[in-house]
Amino acid sequence: MTTQVTTPVAATAHGPAAKQIPSPRSRRGASARRQLAILPFLLPALLLFGGLVLVPILLAIYTSLFKWNGFGGLPTNFVGLDNFVRLLGDEVFTGDLSRGLVLVLLSVLVQLPVALGLALLLNQQLRFRGLYRLIFFAPYVLSEVITGVLFTMVLSPNGGLVNKILAVFGVSGQTWLADPGRALLTLFFVVSWKYFGFHMILLLAGRQDIPPELDEAGMMDGASSWEIFRHITLPLLGPTIRISVFLSIIGAIQLFDMVWVLTGGGPIHSSETMAVTMFQYGFRRYEVGYASAISVAMFLISMVFALLYQRYVLRRDIEGAVTKAGAMP
Amino acid sequence: MNPTSLLRRRSFLGLAGAAAGAAFLQACHRDGAAASGKGKALEWWHIQNTDPMLSVWAQLAKGFEAAHAGVKINITPLENEAFKAKLTTVTQAGNPPDLFHSWGGGVLQQQVNAGLVKEFTGEAQAFLSNVSSNGVKLYQVDGKQCGVPYELGMVGFWYNKELFAKAGVSALPKTWSDLLGVVRQIKAAKIVPIALAGGDKWPAHFYWSYLAIRQGGVAGMAEAAKTGAFDGADFVTAGAKLQELVELEPFQPGFLGAKYMASDGQSAIMGNGQAAMELMGQWAPTIEAAYSTDKKGIGDKLGFFPFPALEGGKGSPSEVLGGCNGFAIGKNAPPEAFEFVKHLLSAESQRKVAAEGGVLPVTKGAEDAIKDPNLKLVHQALASATGFQLYLDQAYPPAIGQQVNDSVAALVARSETPEAVARAIAKTAKNQ
Repeated sequence: MTTQVTTPVAATAHGPAAKQIPSPRSRRGASARRQLAILPFLLPALLLFGGLVLVPILLAIYTSLFKWNGFGGLPTNFVGLDNFVRLLGDEVFTGDLSRGLVLVLLSVLVQLPVALGLALLLNQQLRFRGLYRLIFFAPYVLSEVITGVLFTMVLSPNGGLVNKILAVFGVSGQTWLADPGRALLTLFFVVSWKYFGFHMILLLAGRQDIPPELDEAGMMDGASSWEIFRHITLPLLGPTIRISVFLSIIGAIQLFDMVWVLTGGGPIHSSETMAVTMFQYGFRRYEVGYASAISVAMFLISMVFALLYQRYVLRRDIEGAVTKAGAMP
Repeated sequence: MNPTSLLRRRSFLGLAGAAAGAAFLQACHRDGAAASGKGKALEWWHIQNTDPMLSVWAQLAKGFEAAHAGVKINITPLENEAFKAKLTTVTQAGNPPDLFHSWGGGVLQQQVNAGLVKEFTGEAQAFLSNVSSNGVKLYQVDGKQCGVPYELGMVGFWYNKELFAKAGVSALPKTWSDLLGVVRQIKAAKIVPIALAGGDKWPAHFYWSYLAIRQGGVAGMAEAAKTGAFDGADFVTAGAKLQELVELEPFQPGFLGAKYMASDGQSAIMGNGQAAMELMGQWAPTIEAAYSTDKKGIGDKLGFFPFPALEGGKGSPSEVLGGCNGFAIGKNAPPEAFEFVKHLLSAESQRKVAAEGGVLPVTKGAEDAIKDPNLKLVHQALASATGFQLYLDQAYPPAIGQQVNDSVAALVARSETPEAVARAIAKTAKNQ
């Protein structure tokens, strides 16, 4: 909301130490000068972003129109949109899309409620509450590759920890990552194990932002704890939940490290994601043009999702960032 | 805050900054000095990241450095799959290492077409008359010598004599139906018949490749490679025969996700005596020992028999599927690289790798150093081979090779029919 600055010239004209209120024209000049002064500070980041993000994106879009094996400078065999047509007919890629969707749904329907439940639990006065928070957050600190290697050992059909524990209960011979029907779910489990702590901390922080007076007011009005949760806590946690879902979905779209280390995308593509397919075609089959087409597809999917999500779901939360209302003059 | 303390802090920060800057500049300068010619550095990437070959290569490199002052050899040992991934990125960036491992075939051809390797000409080429011609041929692209072998080997069945005896198997299988019978017998004795690294895919493609050359002959394979007709009847038959084996469920539990080189993978299972046989190349004994829990493998209990004959096939049982391990020289390499390769292929060095590393040498005159009786068997089979086919995932351009691996993996997982497998490979081949 802009405010009109009136120049009380009459009031200050006689004051000895009166500051000169700048006239409108020089105020615009000051704003332009301020922006010019900011530019050198922005320049390094802009250069890095341009060189390491924008240029490769443009190159990938260019390469995706060619059939190229990656050697020798620039591609020469122009095939137009052939790579994209092939993409839409490739059952591995369409399988990737559906597997990605499954991972997203599982994240929202399973991982999020678990993280939310734990966050609410750990917000209460418990002994060793700090210790629990530490333990649940710890998996997030491990690198994805280390987690993957760790779980290949834990889930090993021969002598892995999980099978040893199950053997005590008489269940034997389970293959987790080697079973085409189970590989995706096992993958989801490992990814959740790594990230649920992060979402839990996020939701915990959001929960702590809710003033306790609101809970007290609810209790005084005779609301049960479920009603307090449903009508006070949950709506006020809305922004945090929406951010958490956003991060989960973007993460699921570009999932690579964990898949590569755990299963390599197999068996028979049952745990493959778009990023893994892209890697296989680009670096194993030397079909860089096709791999670039996959990367362009990933880019479009992520960008469309991010824009639509910000416009419609996060609209109230980030008012002013993408809309004019509430912006600074 | 008084001015003097501010000044002291500023000068301290200034000193710290200057020190950091100096250290940084010195590090840059040191790199520069090494490349400037005071000492020649040779970058060598090989895939023997386990002993004994890890130490043997290092010793050979040291020997060369001692004889040639001023040359420093920087060795980077990498695991098989990691090597393929890493080499791809540097070759696509146009910056190959000076000396690197190569299997010849379609991948080498692509590297040659992109101008990334140096040719062996003149004196270096003359030296190769001492090396087995089968191996040397695998590294020729368009008549030019673009790499050299250091080992020529073949794929065959490595079996556990004790487990075979336990299951009551008295005779080694000579035909494919014999093999299926042996598998049934072993399975009935509650032993895992075959160890397979389904997760790595390439060990499975050995079965399909052998069945294809038994059915269509090495000549048939060469025909198909030229026209891309991998959907011919012979290839469908090969797939069908493999399907017969897969339906007996001969592999270890979790085979679809198992890797070859892992502590619970194919070679570990063989090395720990938990499976009766594996179809693998001549490096099998060494790798089995390296990944077994006692690091010794199954020792004398390990035996070898060649892939059996296929009834009704056009190919002869003395045709082998195999390949070479060898080197290629990168385009930026100094001339000392050729000298080093000559050193590595000298009869003396080859005797050392044969005796200590279990490598099958290619230089004539070094065969007497092979100590292992199994490897002697392999060497004999190689020497009397009437036809030679390079592993399919290396013989053809990478896209076809990977498709063979993927499609056979689907066949082994029983999710595709032999016809679909043959069609998928043919489609990729024709798309090239």
